[in-house]
Amino acid sequence: MTVTTHEIRSVIVERELAHPPEKVWRALTVPHLIEEWLMKNDFSPAVGHRFKLQGDWGGVLDCEVLAIEQNSVLSYTWNFVNDNPDFDLRSVVTFTLTPTATGTHLRMEQSGFRPEQKQALGGAKSGWQQFFGKLEHVLTQAE
Amino acid sequence: MNKRSPHSQDLLFRTLGDPTRRAIFERLCRDGEQTVAALTAQAGVSQPAVSKHLALLKQAGLVLDRHEGRQTHYSARRSALAPLVDWTSQMTGYWESRFNDLETLLQRIDQ
Repeated sequence: MTVTTHEIRSVIVERELAHPPEKVWRALTVPHLIEEWLMKNDFSPAVGHRFKLQGDWGGVLDCEVLAIEQNSVLSYTWNFVNDNPDFDLRSVVTFTLTPTATGTHLRMEQSGFRPEQKQALGGAKSGWQQFFGKLEHVLTQAE
Repeated sequence: MNKRSPHSQDLLFRTLGDPTRRAIFERLCRDGEQTVAALTAQAGVSQPAVSKHLALLKQAGLVLDRHEGRQTHYSARRSALAPLVDWTSQMTGYWESRFNDLETLLQRIDQ
């Protein structure tokens, strides 16, 4: 792969949660809880642990735990291996939890995409995926 | 880094998150300009409900209205979708939606 630094992009999503970091941490690291808001998985909180996230659209993400700091930082790879470069996705997801007066500030950063990648929906639930599929179709027709 | 979270984008996601609204918008994209009556005939909801959806679509910049006599004609503004076509925006929308589910889960589970 010939990915140069200027091609790396990132997505950042932040949220103020009215729950303590310990509780948010559980939701991010206990498999049956992860499944409830993200995807089916065989996650285990150990650096180097390889696991899969199974999307209900049928796709499987290959992941490896890169960093763990209890109640504070969780980082793992988020790779969707595909022969079609438009779908192939190599990225790293990092969650950072910061305690606040009212709960937790949660920050998610996903980085490592390439700009030519138009379908970076490796984790999208089918609804959004279908929607964006249609959207692209509509936009292509529109021009 | 490439941080993007303009409010207009949140508004687009929120507006198009509703299936009925999305169906109305898709129909306008597909079939061109329509009156409220024509849209109501296919929407499966009442005319006041369709009008309300159209008002929200207009607010998000997704449709334009044109008055002609007593009729109002609506058309899609496809250019309003540009922010969503970029993959970074797509993933932002995905994670926003996941975080919504995370908040629901946190409210439910024990401390």
